[in-house]
Amino acid sequence: MQPFDQPVIALREKILELHDMAETQGLDFKEELNLLEERLRRLELDIYGNMKAWNRVQLARHPERPTTLDYVRLICDDFIELHGDRHGYDDAAIVGGIAMLNGQAVTIIGHQRGKDTKENIRRNFGMPHPEGYRKALRLMQQAVKFNRPIITFIDTKGAYPGRAAEERGQSEAIAKNLFEMAGMPVPIISIVIGEGGSGGALGIGVCDQLLMLENSTYSVISPEGAAALLWKDASLAEKAAESMQITAPDLLRLGIADGIIPEVIGGAHLDVSLQADKVKSVLEQKLAQLTRLTPEQLIEKRTEKYHQIGT
Amino acid sequence: MQAFFRKPKKFVTLTSKEQRVDVPVGLMTKCPKCKLIQYTKQLEANLKVCVCGYHHPLTATERFEQVFDAGTITYFDLPAVKADPLDFQDYPEKLKGDQVRTGLKEAIVCGVGQVNGYPLVACVMDARFRMGSMGAAVGAAIAEAIRYATKERLPVTIFSASGGARMQEGMVSLMQMAKSSLFLKQHSDAGLLYVSCMTHPTTGGVSASFAMLGDFNIAEPGALIGFAGRRIIEQTIREKLPEDFQTSEFLLQAGQLDDVVSRHDLKTYYTRILMMHSEGTNHATI
Repeated sequence: MQPFDQPVIALREKILELHDMAETQGLDFKEELNLLEERLRRLELDIYGNMKAWNRVQLARHPERPTTLDYVRLICDDFIELHGDRHGYDDAAIVGGIAMLNGQAVTIIGHQRGKDTKENIRRNFGMPHPEGYRKALRLMQQAVKFNRPIITFIDTKGAYPGRAAEERGQSEAIAKNLFEMAGMPVPIISIVIGEGGSGGALGIGVCDQLLMLENSTYSVISPEGAAALLWKDASLAEKAAESMQITAPDLLRLGIADGIIPEVIGGAHLDVSLQADKVKSVLEQKLAQLTRLTPEQLIEKRTEKYHQIGT
Repeated sequence: MQAFFRKPKKFVTLTSKEQRVDVPVGLMTKCPKCKLIQYTKQLEANLKVCVCGYHHPLTATERFEQVFDAGTITYFDLPAVKADPLDFQDYPEKLKGDQVRTGLKEAIVCGVGQVNGYPLVACVMDARFRMGSMGAAVGAAIAEAIRYATKERLPVTIFSASGGARMQEGMVSLMQMAKSSLFLKQHSDAGLLYVSCMTHPTTGGVSASFAMLGDFNIAEPGALIGFAGRRIIEQTIREKLPEDFQTSEFLLQAGQLDDVVSRHDLKTYYTRILMMHSEGTNHATI
């Protein structure tokens, strides 16, 4: 399948080519270039300005889309990764540790996809086992002990649907996290950076502020899964993506997301460090607001946030 | 020539439709496990447990009546919610259809009553309504029942029977997992007891939230309990799963449940737990 923004990509390449030609052959293409660049701007506005849910799904799934560790590397001054659930396993599909963010120590936890097949196999394509959620809980409880804010990056197709995962309590592990996160007396900010896949996403996503990247999605079931279940036809995924209301603007309107972090035009993968800057500035702002609250105020507001959803 | 080979029919074959009219609907019930057909009345007298041990699904009110003392139950009104938050195609009609068919407003009934004299708040899911799936209405009903229990300092129980989150309510339904867990946390922090009883089926978002959060997590025999569906797991791991995978008994073996309790013993079990957590029984220190 061709990406929906193929015309933009093609035009960008053409402009670059012309640039190269102008330089190497010393020709003057100024007028042509201006014309093409103007056309590109209009095309970008046309394609990215009015994006369908399905297009956002494609961007959220883009293989080069920045991951949790990309953001951590670019946003934080220092990061110590911590491993293991202390019960026999370290799940590489969830990473976590302590970081310095503008002179403040924070606990960071996130789903971690791989960048290539080898890493994806090691990280189970970012789909955690129960041990991943238990590691996350351990690190969050540590954050509470040292009164550090918690930042979670959500980026998973879902919790891993495997036999061993069931046997070792996938349900219990996720449920326990929802339960404990609900009562943690430190600020919790969750950012959906790619795909937010159902309970597997929510398992590290109970928070005071739910932020979403402009082209991220958060859904109770994948569009393909929804189409298969509701209309017995997985090819209706595009329609399902629209009607399930899974995009950042949808969820802001529904009162589920608390803010949208704008993306680089064409998607976060096109300029990772610029995107990280955007994430960082929103994060700083939200962190400043939340750290002003007392633990009691935090819990009260968190309770109210979830209490009103759907009513 | 063909007529020569055609045998005249000796018997009239009844179509299955005609057969069905002979027996009034609901008079007899067939067990899906042992295929035994017995009088519904007889089955009900045995708490809807077949002689083979199969636990037939209960309606929410049947559950209340089996567990609570007669005449002690006060049912709660369902809190008001957005009925169709996503404006989803055909969803209001489906809700209406299930309301007419089941006589229920939603997939849950909540109330407070007494179990052998011990007060208890209960939320009982009813799988006949949209497969017991959890949307805003179910989430709000659970949240308000737990808040009531916390305020009145009462123990709470939830009987789960649910296919998981309600697809047609999208993320609103997923967030009910967080909402119910949040109020359970506050109930728990107040030092109050929560017993989760999982019945057939308890899967998806319901199993990954309040169903697994009890001080006691128990289940009825033979209930299907799990996070992911069997078909999805089989496709993912590319192997056939054992027959008893994700049953109550399987989960008990895997250390995920406190016990599997037969419906016949359920009221006694609740009574014992409630007694052990009633006032005056807990004093590690004076």
